[in-house]
Amino acid sequence: MKERRIKARNRYRWDEIRTAIICLAPAAAIFAVFNVVPTVWSLVLSLSDWDWLGTARRFVGLAQYGALLRSPEFWNSLRVTVLYTTGVTVLGLVAGLTVALCLSGNVRARAFWRSVYFTPAVTATVAAGVVWVYLFDPAGGLVNLWLRRMGLPGPAWLTDPSWALVAIIMVSVWKRLGLNTVIYLAGLQSIPDEYYEAVSVDGGGVWAGFAHVTWPLLAPTTWLLAIMSVIDSFQVFDLVYVMTSGGPMGATEVMGLYLYRQAFRLFHMGYASAVGWTIFIFVFLATLLQWRVSGAGGASIYGASTR
Amino acid sequence: MGRRRDNRPPDGVRGGSGLNRRHGRSWRRARRARQRALGSLARQLVLLCGAVLVVAPFLWSITTSLKPIRETFAPPYLYPVHLEWRNYVDAWQAAPFARYYLNTAIMTAGIVGGQIAFAALSAYAFARLRFPGRDPLFLVFLGTMMVPFYVLLIPSYLIVERLGWVDTYWALIVPRAVSAFGIFLMRQAFLAVPRELDEAALIDGCSRLGILWRVVLPLSRPAVATLGVFAFLFSWNDFLWPMIVSRSPEMYTIQVGLQVFMGKYGTQWVKLMAGVVTSTIPALFLFLLAQSYLVKGMATSGLKG
Repeated sequence: MKERRIKARNRYRWDEIRTAIICLAPAAAIFAVFNVVPTVWSLVLSLSDWDWLGTARRFVGLAQYGALLRSPEFWNSLRVTVLYTTGVTVLGLVAGLTVALCLSGNVRARAFWRSVYFTPAVTATVAAGVVWVYLFDPAGGLVNLWLRRMGLPGPAWLTDPSWALVAIIMVSVWKRLGLNTVIYLAGLQSIPDEYYEAVSVDGGGVWAGFAHVTWPLLAPTTWLLAIMSVIDSFQVFDLVYVMTSGGPMGATEVMGLYLYRQAFRLFHMGYASAVGWTIFIFVFLATLLQWRVSGAGGASIYGASTR
Repeated sequence: MGRRRDNRPPDGVRGGSGLNRRHGRSWRRARRARQRALGSLARQLVLLCGAVLVVAPFLWSITTSLKPIRETFAPPYLYPVHLEWRNYVDAWQAAPFARYYLNTAIMTAGIVGGQIAFAALSAYAFARLRFPGRDPLFLVFLGTMMVPFYVLLIPSYLIVERLGWVDTYWALIVPRAVSAFGIFLMRQAFLAVPRELDEAALIDGCSRLGILWRVVLPLSRPAVATLGVFAFLFSWNDFLWPMIVSRSPEMYTIQVGLQVFMGKYGTQWVKLMAGVVTSTIPALFLFLLAQSYLVKGMATSGLKG
């Protein structure tokens, strides 16, 4: 083993090493300055007290994290983020699977439908947010217009604390639908037709096919989409900033907005950095889960669900 | 349940003689064909209803952007009957959209070009060259994908400020000119190019960078296109970072400008929608041109993690 390693080292050639340095230097420099240094700096900031405006930075240990855990505003932002993430993930998966099921098999004009459903995903979040503010306008907006036509009372959506988050979740599902559909569709296409034929020979109908073939075989895809959705949703900013700026009364202040307000409005740099690392912990846990699902763990989930 | 009972042959005998069994099978096939036709119709209906909900915001914004101002909230909603192009003129006069466009185009060109160039160079080193510490370094590059932007946000701003880059194109481009995802994507593509081609080129006297430029890169065109489309959409639609590093309106990108525009003309919907349509068209246009790359890229990036 050791011998082989020594041999491998001997095989390095100077011209390859030189080319590698030339190739990697620019990317490595940018990564170092705008990824590695900020990561370390952010950790240091989160352990300090600093308001940006000239006062000296003071090392305070974990005090910022303590302050975080005592702050009702932080808990509110965590609660809002979790609610938002849950809503977007569950509704997004249901909607995505529904559309994908409609698009699988021999469906006319599939490419057309797929493009239509994918359009919101490539639209800028800011532009989409502006349009949806207009759609949710309580007086003249299209949403309440259609609700009124169906005889339903429309709430004041974005200015009503109990509806604002619902509205934002709906818009996010609208934006995510295309991605979920496309990935579900890829998963559906990998299920062999014979499985459905087997169900049908056993006298099972469409529902049995879904319950015994589609859903269990799609479990890895569902897991993956759910985790991707959690990772993205935990970091939402643009949409909320444009539609409500966290209002009314903090009802939509997700963690990203809370961090932004602490850092760039109140200049609590240390505290805001601690919020950033809290977001990191959640995203990191979700990423670990994703590795388990898509890596070695994927097989076991796959096996367990088909049993 | 009722449908399943239909499945039985009319005389209620299952199996029995060979003739009867065959009869039952063809019956089942007919039932399946009928069910499939019905199912297909139902699916198209669901798809249509869903599509109306998905597309309505686009149609409504286009329609509104072409309405005379006093008919803002009047029907019809989803297709234009007026063609009030003045709204666009008004919007472009109310805010320097042309300038926003220029800024966004410069930023996007820088980010797309940078991400492709740096990803190709780095991926070539990781896929083809042997040098000490290669695999750990690759893991460090990939590891940066895990750090959420919120962690980097504050120090990145402080660095940009110290460099004197606030309100410049440098700040908009350089921090995002390298993408770990891009390096990963490109490396996967390069690994699929047969090494024999490299060796043949090397024997013919091609330099190592020449191999990247003449052999590996041309054979990885789909990956380059995918990364290009992703980088374009990311850059064109990005908001938080450009908002933080641009102070003066002359440096606003189109998304930042649109947000400020909304703050100013909050309820002048016709003007606002003209701005929205203006800002959305390039990305939508690119999507129509490149959707197969995008959809494939999304599907593979999603499935491979």
